[in-house]
Amino acid sequence: MAAAAAAGRGPGSGPGGSPEGPEAEAPERRRKAHGMLKLYYGLSEVEAAGRPAGPDPLDPTDLNGAHFDPEVYLDKLRRECPLAQLMDSETDMVRQIRALDSDMQTLVYENYNKFISATDTIRKMKNDFRKMEDEMDRLATNMAVITDFSARISATLQDRHERITKLAGVHALLRKLQFLFELPSRLTKCVELGAYGQAVRYQGRARAVLQQYQHLPSFRAIQDDCQVITARLAQQLRQRFREGGSGAPEQAECVELLLALGEPAEELCEEFLARGRARLEEELRGLEAELGPSPPAPDVLEFTDRGGSGFVGGLCQVAAAYQELFAAQGPAGAEKLAAFARELGSRYFVLVERRLAQEQGGSDNSLLVRALDRFHRRLRAPGALLAAAGLAEAATEIVERVARERLGQHLQGLQSAFLGCLTDVRQALAAPRVAGKEGPGLAELLANVASSTLSHIKASLASVHLFTAKEVSFSNKPYFRGEFCSQGVRESLIVGFIRSMCQTAQNFCDSPGEKGGATPPALLLLLSRLCLDYETATISYILTLTDEQFLVQDQSPVTPVSTLCAEARETARRLLTHYVKVQGLVISQMLRKSVETRDWLSTLEPRNVRAVMKRVVEDTTAIDVQVGLLYEEGVRKAQSSDSSKRTFSVYSSSRQQGRYAPSYTPSAPMDTNLLSNIQKLFSERIDVFSPVEFNKVSVLTGIIKISLKTLLECVRLRTFGRFGLQQVQVDCHFLQLYLWRFVADEELVHLLLDEVVASAALRCPDPVPMEPSVVEVICERG
Amino acid sequence: MPAELEPGGHESPEDAASPAHALELLCHLGPAAHGSTACVAWEPAGDGKRVISLADNHILLWDLQESSSQAVLASSASLEGKGQLKFTTGRWSPHHNCTQVATANDTAVRGWDTRTMSQIYCIESAHGQLVRDLDFNPNKQYYLASCGDDCRVKFWDTRNVAEPVKTLEEHSHWVWGVRYNHSHDQLVLTGSSDSRVILSNMVSISSEPFGHLVDDADLSDQEDRRPEEKSQEPPQDSVIATYEEHEDSVYAVDWSSADPWLFASLSYDGRLVINRVPRALKYHILL
Repeated sequence: MAAAAAAGRGPGSGPGGSPEGPEAEAPERRRKAHGMLKLYYGLSEVEAAGRPAGPDPLDPTDLNGAHFDPEVYLDKLRRECPLAQLMDSETDMVRQIRALDSDMQTLVYENYNKFISATDTIRKMKNDFRKMEDEMDRLATNMAVITDFSARISATLQDRHERITKLAGVHALLRKLQFLFELPSRLTKCVELGAYGQAVRYQGRARAVLQQYQHLPSFRAIQDDCQVITARLAQQLRQRFREGGSGAPEQAECVELLLALGEPAEELCEEFLARGRARLEEELRGLEAELGPSPPAPDVLEFTDRGGSGFVGGLCQVAAAYQELFAAQGPAGAEKLAAFARELGSRYFVLVERRLAQEQGGSDNSLLVRALDRFHRRLRAPGALLAAAGLAEAATEIVERVARERLGQHLQGLQSAFLGCLTDVRQALAAPRVAGKEGPGLAELLANVASSTLSHIKASLASVHLFTAKEVSFSNKPYFRGEFCSQGVRESLIVGFIRSMCQTAQNFCDSPGEKGGATPPALLLLLSRLCLDYETATISYILTLTDEQFLVQDQSPVTPVSTLCAEARETARRLLTHYVKVQGLVISQMLRKSVETRDWLSTLEPRNVRAVMKRVVEDTTAIDVQVGLLYEEGVRKAQSSDSSKRTFSVYSSSRQQGRYAPSYTPSAPMDTNLLSNIQKLFSERIDVFSPVEFNKVSVLTGIIKISLKTLLECVRLRTFGRFGLQQVQVDCHFLQLYLWRFVADEELVHLLLDEVVASAALRCPDPVPMEPSVVEVICERG
Repeated sequence: MPAELEPGGHESPEDAASPAHALELLCHLGPAAHGSTACVAWEPAGDGKRVISLADNHILLWDLQESSSQAVLASSASLEGKGQLKFTTGRWSPHHNCTQVATANDTAVRGWDTRTMSQIYCIESAHGQLVRDLDFNPNKQYYLASCGDDCRVKFWDTRNVAEPVKTLEEHSHWVWGVRYNHSHDQLVLTGSSDSRVILSNMVSISSEPFGHLVDDADLSDQEDRRPEEKSQEPPQDSVIATYEEHEDSVYAVDWSSADPWLFASLSYDGRLVINRVPRALKYHILL
């Protein structure tokens, strides 16, 4: 920049300074400086790309460019610019140069002081270092003197030091010899006093020395004496060990001493285990005696307590002592102990399992869980001690097995409770009714069944929940955290129960009798409603409850709520369909009997509606009430407010004219057929035994459909006299008057009843229908 | 009721040729001492001289003598029991030299030996409600089909009547008729008052071998074709077709005695519908 400025000063440089101050140009300058830096660091390309009209860095005419050539620049200026512009650029350049000069001056002033102070500091440092060097030299000479003195002192003391050491050695030797000579008497005294430990310690100390110097006669004598005494000592120790009875710790002490005396470890180890076995077996016998066939066995908690403190405690002691004593035996010894523990442990487990099996019948889960907890907890100690024997694992297995059996038992309990509920309902349904009271409150029965089943489920869940309680020692085992919750409780208990409930209910549908006599229809209806309730709410409630209580962490797949709901819904549907079939069959049988047993050829002119039709209407009303207790109304096809009148008019006037009016004349049957066929072309096919929906109207429609279809088929099998036909006409009109209100689509009733009358007319050699008005009068009177 | 009349009798082929030929009464089946006749059935084979009729609770075996001009009661048996027992239908078995007859009353199906006129088997509550029709498998001894008001068609092995061999539940109302195809007995025709006719393919209980039986038979001589046979699924029992041409209850169905692929059904509205077995199935059975 400076060079550029100097070059720019060339032509026409004058004192025509810039009118503005240097402050105004500052940003401009800074930008230029930036440009230089950027150019230097190779950023210009980027910059150029960013700014489309940027200066070419290689341009020799660029004042700030690296390749600036003053001649070229001047030439260019002179050639291209008019005078005014030349003047301007000259002023501009002068201004820039001036600014640069002042900048440079400022910088020089600022830095000058610093240079001066730095020079002073360096000079001072140089003086200080020279002083320090002298002191270091003095220190070195002093140290040399000290070393010299020290060497001289040690040389003088050397001699005496050696003599003292020798004397100390002699003294120690004499002490040892004295100990050896006194040894036999000391040992005898110890044995007499019963201080076996002390004796063994003395013997241990002396043994090596005696062994070493046994070629010297005096030592030989001592050794012999010692050996005799030691043998006696060992004898006595063994005696004491065999006598036993004095508890495991003392035995352990004996064995320890014997080992120290150098008795063969192998043999001792066998003997030790045999002793332990005898003691533990006694414990086991005690437990077995408690188990005994006599009923007043102590409760399971007490039993596991005794087992825990007696057997498991003993086993722990034996194992701990053994490991301490025979640690030197290595893996073989450990293996022996593990086998020992495994054998006794398995016998103990057999006893515990027998005891727990006795408990399976009981219902008190908390006691069982507590007993299992103690059992499991006690076995953790030997488990840690004897990892190889796998006692803890076996114990966990037993606990798991018991838990699983418990689940199975709860499932059975739930099932039997449900069956019990059903039996109660049956009894309630079968009980003689109070006169004038319709049904023993189906809704209450349903509520009873539902609530008692739910409370049973909850009780089961609560008692099973004890197994996973935090304070129970086995609840953090992987089985109880995962599989037990998801597969055990959720799947096998809850889902299993719901499934079995559905199954039980479905079994009512295909009872072998098939006549519906086995199951009261009201029970079918009740069960169907129960299943439907389960589908809508209860299942998801129960499963949510389960999932909340047992925080299922297992990833194994579980039955989704929707599947269960679908199953329950299917069951409900089947039950309801079966109910419709059964009730339909009851009414059908009534109608069939009434048609089949009557001699229609020779009946008298109808005076009133036959009793059986009234009965049919009554029964239908009863069913309507029954279903109404449990199911909602449902939807019907829209109908006018005055439905009965309208139907009547349709039925007896337009229909009659349209359909079987032609059959008044004997030549008409062909027309009737034709008309009825045409009619059928436009009416939908009636599915008689079709699945029903969950509402009262649909159920009633199903029953009425089945009944009327039966009536139709029966009528077709008979031959009617004139009055027979008229009777059918009256009956059908009566049914028409009373049945339309039960069904979803009254058109259906019309259709079927019309069909009945038309069929009767066809089966009549002398078809003379009754006047509609007379029919009406008879029906209203009846 | 003029039920004792045996209308029609034998019609000779030349009678059939002239449709205007009037029917001629050949004989009466005995005096009307047995109540109303529910069913009359000819002996299916033999010289056509024997007829069974079912009247109320009596089963009567007639012998037609002297070119069918006279009927003599050969033997009879009657059903005794609680209430009024009435035969509803009967069927003569084509097997065992025509010595067996099956009858239905209410929900029970009974088998009779015509030589001794004694009951040989009884299926109590064969159906949940009234039994409407019976048919014997023409090619397989002991196999009997029955249908009834419980909307079901059941297939029985008369040697073991505790359980039906197979149950079909396709109809939605009383089933009035069931017929085995005369030559291909896997084809079973049923007609019902839900105005449908259903043709079913009961391969698993037909006389024609199916499934692994075919494989085993072909194994020895047709080694090279075996993979192909293996890959082929054994055919399943299935509904071949449901015919819904009828507008009212169908009361009778039967196969043509001339063409095994032709069948007819008759409904209340007087419509007679003749159908063929679907061509694809026909070729499947034949080839």
